Amino acid sequence: MADDVTTSDVAASPATSPVQGAAGRTSQVRPAASARGGRRGMNSQLRKRLEIFFFVAPALALFGLFVIVPIATAVQMSLFRWKGIGPLVDFVGLQNYVSVLTSDVFTGAVVHNLVIVFLSILIQLPLGLAIALLLNRRMWGQSALRTIIFVPYVLAEVVAGVIWLQLLQPQYGVIDAILGAVGLEGPDQGWLGDTDLALGTVMVVLTWKYLGLAVILFLAGLQGVPEELYEAAQLDGATWWQVQRKITIPLLGPTLRTWGFLSMIGSLQLFDMVWILTRGGPANATSTMATFLVNEGTQRSNFGIAGAASVVLFVIALFMAVLYQQLILRRDTRPETGRK
Amino acid sequence: MSAQAMNDLSLAPTTRQRRPGAFRPTNVVVYGIALVVVAITLGPVIYGVLGGFRTNAQLARTPAGLPEPWVLDNYIGVLTNPTFWQYTWNSTGVSLITTAVVVVFGVMAAYPLARYEFKGREGLFMVFVIGLLFPATVAIVPLFILITQNLQLGNTWIGVALPQAAFALPMTVVILRPFLMALPKELEEAAMLDGTSRIGFFWRILIPLSGPGMVTVGVLAFVGSWNAYLLPLLLLQGDMKTLPLGVADFSSEHASDTAGVFAFTSLAMIPALIFFLAMQKRIVNGLQGAVKG
Repeated sequence: MADDVTTSDVAASPATSPVQGAAGRTSQVRPAASARGGRRGMNSQLRKRLEIFFFVAPALALFGLFVIVPIATAVQMSLFRWKGIGPLVDFVGLQNYVSVLTSDVFTGAVVHNLVIVFLSILIQLPLGLAIALLLNRRMWGQSALRTIIFVPYVLAEVVAGVIWLQLLQPQYGVIDAILGAVGLEGPDQGWLGDTDLALGTVMVVLTWKYLGLAVILFLAGLQGVPEELYEAAQLDGATWWQVQRKITIPLLGPTLRTWGFLSMIGSLQLFDMVWILTRGGPANATSTMATFLVNEGTQRSNFGIAGAASVVLFVIALFMAVLYQQLILRRDTRPETGRK
Repeated sequence: MSAQAMNDLSLAPTTRQRRPGAFRPTNVVVYGIALVVVAITLGPVIYGVLGGFRTNAQLARTPAGLPEPWVLDNYIGVLTNPTFWQYTWNSTGVSLITTAVVVVFGVMAAYPLARYEFKGREGLFMVFVIGLLFPATVAIVPLFILITQNLQLGNTWIGVALPQAAFALPMTVVILRPFLMALPKELEEAAMLDGTSRIGFFWRILIPLSGPGMVTVGVLAFVGSWNAYLLPLLLLQGDMKTLPLGVADFSSEHASDTAGVFAFTSLAMIPALIFFLAMQKRIVNGLQGAVKG
């Protein structure tokens, strides 16, 4: 699998990688050196293993108990009809998967998730990039500006959702009031009550909430572009726009691509905001895979169905992650140009 | 092409002049756009805070107006509401436990992954990397059953904090490992020459030196836990609820009391905002570390 791509991508920040390489090299020499010590070497090998175990065991135990076991249970549950009481006995094979995949509610939720994945990137990438490029200059109040832009991201989705819920109230909400003042009118059932508009409205709120993250990350990436490059380009008579297109954006590539990955994973698990704004309604117009799961699992106790939906969600997330690696992140593993 | 440009540039003299044109007319446009961005970003938040200073009658009459007169009743009502403080207390407890577990377990796991040479090291690291792909959502229903039925930890701080910590571990390990790797090898060699064991090195040298990295992952874990909704929603009831649950409840139970909802929500976001302002650099650094290619 292409996961080593993630490793280097996610883990190695440019500042640390040269050192890291050096450390790796020196430490490789060592086992050979200590292995010659015969019995003493055996002891120190054993000791080393015990130490490794001591350090890693707590994390692995926690991870195993609360991540691996539940996921395995989800797979197991998905093969049974189970209402949460008594042992798993009613084996139904793949029937839960059939019900999930043929359910209009679930396939609708998958479509909503995919729409959110693509629209998030299509809207936030150009908008975030434009804002980041504009703000990437010495200007008055720059640090205050960065702080402000990041505020929505730090708020809980619930807090942001509740505020927007009030803003979007039909008639009495401030948005409809402002529209009314300029002679327009909001939809009769409200922005979140209209099946045609609800998903778009949720999308607007999500953009408000997460655009700041994109801008901040892009700005941070832009700071990694050496200033000398700009000066050289200016000396060569390049226009601002040429500089951005030929220098800044290509050098920002890895940041953009990894941001896209995080954004995609986030969109696939979207729950909080939707649950606060619409609970997946009206008439399932904004349901996501996560709201489907919670509905089936905890509200209706259809644990088998919820398990199957979990597995489908996981497979979709994994498939898209691998696809993204292969199609997009792969470029970053090429030995890159002169980046530090 | 860019590689070549870079090479040329590294030869350029390092004395750098201030970029000319700091006050060009285009800057007016830039400041204008910056203002619009700020207005859209802060507008809803400020509207919510101001809404808390109005009465419902005011809000109904002129939704887009300012408080007139300013009313403190909504905020006083929330601040004298024992439930609000109970929820804040719970959020604090759950977040602190989550943060402590994540930081301690995370740095312990990252240490051998960063500084020991052993077979299966990369494989072990891969477990955590793949863990990044497991959204808590996928496991939420079995997690709910595991915690409430098998472990009998439903409706406890620990019952929420431990799984939250487990799902935060992959990101923590992935951020901490390169950080620990970057500490100079010489330190370790010097310590070994002085007869320090690896465990002694871990406690006496590595932990103090990796403070900034641990603060970063700690802040990320704390904010994540403070804002979490899905897991607490399933696991906590009654007096054990956290602030996000309180906000959601208040907004649906007092749906007609818009001003009260604004006041409650505004007060609920203050701790996260203060924490964020104090720790802004760390949060951004952490996220940046996770994203930089």
